[in-house]
Amino acid sequence: MAEIADTHGRVAHAEAHGGYGDHSGAPGFFTRWFLSTNHKDIGTLYIIFAIQAGIIGALLSGLIRLELMDPGVQIFVHGSWLDQISHLGLPGVPEASKHGYYVAVTAHALIMIFFMVMPAMIGGFGNWFVPLMIGAPDMAFPRMNNVSFWLLVASWIMLLVSTMVDGGPGRGFGGGWTLYPPLSTIGHIGPAMDCAILSIHLAGASSILGAINFITTIFNMRAPGMTLHRMPLFVWSILVTVFLLLLSLPVLAGAITMLLTDRNFGTHFFDAAGGGDPTMFQHLFWFFGHPEVYILIIPGFGMISHIVSTFSRKPVFGYLAMAYAMVAIGFLGFIVWAHHMFTVGMPLNLQAYFVAATMVIAVPTGVKVFSWIATMWGGSIEFKTPMLWAIGFIFLFTVGGVTGVVLANAGIDYALHDSYYVVAHFHYVLSLGAVFAIFAGFYYWFEKMWGVRYNEALGAAHFWITFIGVNIVFFPQHFLGLQGMPRRSIDYPQAFYFWNHLSSIGYEITFVGLMTFLVVLVEAAVRRRAARANPWGEGATTLEWTLPSPPPFHQFNELPVIHAESH
Amino acid sequence: MAHEGVKHDYHLVNPSIWPLVGSASAVLLALGLVVGLKGILGIPKGSWWLLALGAIGVLWTMAGWWVDVTKEANGGDHTKIVSIGLRYGMMLFITSEVMFFVAWFWIFFEMALFHHVRVGSPIDDVRTAWASWPPKGIEVVPPLQLPLVNTITLLLSGTTSTWAIWALERNDREGAKIGLILTIALGMLFTFIQGYEYNHILTEHLFYSPESANAGLYGSAFFMATGFHGFHVIIGTIFLIICLIRLMNGGFTPTKHFGLEAASWYWQFVDVVWLFLFAFLYLIFGAGWGH
Repeated sequence: MAEIADTHGRVAHAEAHGGYGDHSGAPGFFTRWFLSTNHKDIGTLYIIFAIQAGIIGALLSGLIRLELMDPGVQIFVHGSWLDQISHLGLPGVPEASKHGYYVAVTAHALIMIFFMVMPAMIGGFGNWFVPLMIGAPDMAFPRMNNVSFWLLVASWIMLLVSTMVDGGPGRGFGGGWTLYPPLSTIGHIGPAMDCAILSIHLAGASSILGAINFITTIFNMRAPGMTLHRMPLFVWSILVTVFLLLLSLPVLAGAITMLLTDRNFGTHFFDAAGGGDPTMFQHLFWFFGHPEVYILIIPGFGMISHIVSTFSRKPVFGYLAMAYAMVAIGFLGFIVWAHHMFTVGMPLNLQAYFVAATMVIAVPTGVKVFSWIATMWGGSIEFKTPMLWAIGFIFLFTVGGVTGVVLANAGIDYALHDSYYVVAHFHYVLSLGAVFAIFAGFYYWFEKMWGVRYNEALGAAHFWITFIGVNIVFFPQHFLGLQGMPRRSIDYPQAFYFWNHLSSIGYEITFVGLMTFLVVLVEAAVRRRAARANPWGEGATTLEWTLPSPPPFHQFNELPVIHAESH
Repeated sequence: MAHEGVKHDYHLVNPSIWPLVGSASAVLLALGLVVGLKGILGIPKGSWWLLALGAIGVLWTMAGWWVDVTKEANGGDHTKIVSIGLRYGMMLFITSEVMFFVAWFWIFFEMALFHHVRVGSPIDDVRTAWASWPPKGIEVVPPLQLPLVNTITLLLSGTTSTWAIWALERNDREGAKIGLILTIALGMLFTFIQGYEYNHILTEHLFYSPESANAGLYGSAFFMATGFHGFHVIIGTIFLIICLIRLMNGGFTPTKHFGLEAASWYWQFVDVVWLFLFAFLYLIFGAGWGH
């Protein structure tokens, strides 16, 4: 019972390897969840972590949108309800002041990037499904896998501490997730910024160890017969992503170490008075930062490919082109960083280069979008919840991609830099791209991971409410940006009232969507409908569907053999 | 460890306390640093006991984890495929370390190479400060004295670490021990010389110049780049010492000694970083040959 995929990659047998569908062989509670060396349990921990961080991040964005609902300062002001809650000393609630607003903006970004999207996609789905999809019994370094998770918790603790201690202008660090000096050096002399820096150091260490683990697993532990060119696209996407992490995060670690020493040990890297140059931080930061935004989206590419293929009952169109498009996007991600800095006074030739290089990214991205559409073309499409999220992803990510091409032009960027147009752009690719991909993957693998079924109608309701909500939040922000409203601003003139108000109403709808998601979870947990090994039928061809749901504690005691292309 | 019915050679690791202990220690380490520098959580600035507690925890984790890995290696868990995985892991770790040094070289080259071509600044002080590297009027470390000695020291230690592996592979355990001891001794000599040189720089005010606003930057780039290299030398020395202890206790065989190989790889990496530091920080740009 080891041969599972036939010439068309169809699943031939669907019975268990090892034969135990329950978690027999699993250790006791503390050992299992705190000392784990099991990739599925660690993946589950990551997903739970991402959900709680996502809720906190979403509540912070609620504070932002409530504040911007009307001109003037309402929430982040003395005497407001937030002020009263903050006086109770609740941890993590930014104080009610203009500085508190910037802390909320900064924390929202850091939480969503480092503690929601990355843990969900790489730590959660990556941990769960990379070993399953390549036919491996676990990750290459199971113990190191666990230290990746717990270092993320350590990092999370440091970030929460950072929001509670003095920043200089007030409690917490409010200089934006990009941590630009001098705001992050002489602008915030308090311990909050030091805590934030060390939080990012810990998150970076966690991700680097995770990256080493994934690359080794993918290179060394593929089942017999699974060549790189037969590997599922999600595994390809994780491979590209973790390479970006491995190569970009150490540079960030260096950059924030320079911040730390500039702040505390008298170095002058970014201090113009000592001969340093604040724009050098921007170069170092964006050398990490640009690959980072691809880190957030590329695993989504992988998941969307599987989902579109499954629910169209067709293999992915242009498998190799899809895989190498991700490789190309990853490579290009390293050589376009200064398009975030067009307005700092770069030489014209440099600007021209970064414009051109950035535009080139549209080519492999186009390959992906058109291939997803071609996969659906002529397929027998089933609009199950994961497919709804996937199609939503393709549509909204494309919108964000198109505004990205607009912003890539240095001449236009001079006008739009740091405006709400940029905010709209990156929320379309991340909030409506990466997050939609996460939800698509979450529903796609729901039964596999939790061993129970979700309610299809509730899932669809979650999608539609969220889809309408987020579009009302972010589409008007394009108009605000074109009208000239700067980002990271607590107040605005009356002229920007209408679209801001509409955007905030969109947030309320999105919030209902988030509540629906929680209802989906609770409903599934209460009803406990038994999961099927493969709920999606013949369209689902990857190895995880050959196992029971949930899979045994240790799967593939006997390794599967891959005979033909199984993507 | 034996798992019922397992028909593959991968290593399914038992649950372990070390990730949890290590991460908790990392929190203490980070909090302890901020407490010591700024004073938070009601603990006054300048109290370093929390940092010390975190450091002890991290060291305890390292020791415990290392002992576990050694036991597993001796217990036969590191099959052929697992040891290939360990090789991948070490190579990738070194790759990430290389990228860490890219940051420090990047800022150095930015300062040394490009600032003087951007003297179009309207501010006179900036223009004069950036016009030369090393910044005007500062005294630097003469590259062909102690730095050259250190270069030879490290290159020699690279040779002796290869000697240790070469001897072990021919089952000459005494030779391996001598090679390893020499490597460790040369590594410590390097650290000692570097410390001596730092002391010299600080006591003689080498990187200080009243006429150049850029002087602080030179010291920053120099001390952080060479300092992080020195830190890596110390880590590499510890790694080699662990290998020596394992060798003394009868560990490693002529065919299975990846721990020693990994330590040697790491040592060669530290060696190469030094060569770049020597060539660029000390020799080419230190002596003002850059432009």
